[in-house]
Amino acid sequence: MDRLKEALVTALTTAVTRLPDDVIAALSRARDSEDSPIARQELETILKNTALARDAGLPICQDTGTPTFFVAAGADSPHLGIITPAITRAVAEATERIPLRPNTVDPFTGDNPGNNLGQGIPLIDWEVVPGDAVKIAILPKGGGSENACALRLLRPSAGIAGVKRAVVEHIAAVKGLPCPPTIVGVGIGGGADAALRLGKRALLRRVGEPHPEARVAALERELTTLLNETGIGPMGLGGRATVLAVHVEYAMRHPASLPVGIVIQCWADRRAVVLLRSDGRIEVEG
Amino acid sequence: MRTIALPDDLDAVATLRAGDRFYLTGRVFTARDAAHRLLLARHEHGGPLPFVPSRMGLYHCGPLVRRDAAGWHVLSAGPTTSMRMEPDEPRFLAAFRPRIVIGKGGMGPGTAAALARIGGVYAHFTGGAGALAARSIDRVEGVFFLEELGMAEAVWILHVTRFGPLLVTIDPAGGNLYRGVEEENAARMKKIMQRIEKEAR
Repeated sequence: MDRLKEALVTALTTAVTRLPDDVIAALSRARDSEDSPIARQELETILKNTALARDAGLPICQDTGTPTFFVAAGADSPHLGIITPAITRAVAEATERIPLRPNTVDPFTGDNPGNNLGQGIPLIDWEVVPGDAVKIAILPKGGGSENACALRLLRPSAGIAGVKRAVVEHIAAVKGLPCPPTIVGVGIGGGADAALRLGKRALLRRVGEPHPEARVAALERELTTLLNETGIGPMGLGGRATVLAVHVEYAMRHPASLPVGIVIQCWADRRAVVLLRSDGRIEVEG
Repeated sequence: MRTIALPDDLDAVATLRAGDRFYLTGRVFTARDAAHRLLLARHEHGGPLPFVPSRMGLYHCGPLVRRDAAGWHVLSAGPTTSMRMEPDEPRFLAAFRPRIVIGKGGMGPGTAAALARIGGVYAHFTGGAGALAARSIDRVEGVFFLEELGMAEAVWILHVTRFGPLLVTIDPAGGNLYRGVEEENAARMKKIMQRIEKEAR
């Protein structure tokens, strides 16, 4: 458990201080695509900040997010019992050591325990998968981008065109609030809660890594193009780069409903993964 | 690029126009949702503030700070979403008159009108650029309401040198960069929606 906790603290440190290479590459491409001097300057500042944070080991953004963990738990892993306590201890220690900003607040009293723990926190999303390994993905996601998420419950007759309209309208409505260029996770179907969960899980992919199904990948490309034609641009100040990518996940739906979860991640798409093998070996992927 | 020094250049702020870029040197105080409400409540009950907001910039920021033997250090301090403060900001600006409001994402018509009345600007700093911002913060000069509000919502008095680059997006003469983006977006939305309809048929 101590080794897993340490690996999780390391992974959290990596996540909040080092932006993954795929995100930096996407931001550089976005900068090169901009004609507007304001848009270019915003992306220059973002890239400068990212390099500075990496070199100095400082959190990229002061909003180190709500601690959120996606656990793909191998059904045959012998280590399932230590996952939750290791994550909980890692969050409290990381808050102290990295440090993370204490971001958990009691919704009734406004009290902040100061260690990023509390009722229902850290958020752990469990999925049981075949095999004996456990994969823990970490997604530090700030409040600004979380506030810009949405659930739309469409009439089934709206179809996939309705999904496109809903996503474009929503991104146009939130404009600069979630710190564009963003990565947009779209969850289609499954039910109201499932659609949002699918949308958030879609953010675990590398930026722009297409969905394995051709029809879904085509929708991702089309939505990316449409959103980058809205003119919202970096930080909502106008320009081409409104999104770096759109990732879509889906589940079957009820015949009477077409839920669409729209989950937005800011440009600071911080991620890390800890892999726990059945023999106890641990790997941290930045 | 121009540097505005506070409080020396307080009156020069009114001459800034939307689209101008500048760096800021001097003091800023941070205030988010809870601090806006707390400071306004104090003001309305006639209580004095422990600092002079009119001579500083107002920074919408919940910094990540650490305390060691030498005192407080800011590790990361980018702007927070300003629009959350829109309901309180007009009254806040009228009461405390900070001439530069720094944040990200833009603000609404109430704040724009209040800025016009006091000759102030809203200056955008890149959201998420917390490490870059921290590098220009020389020192923490004080903190208020830390016990009540916690690290992110407390009022931090920060001395900054060449903080930025900042972009004036709302000026006191009615200039507003967000309006241009909105108009452009509205025009483009029609075409985007038509394309979606066409492909759906």
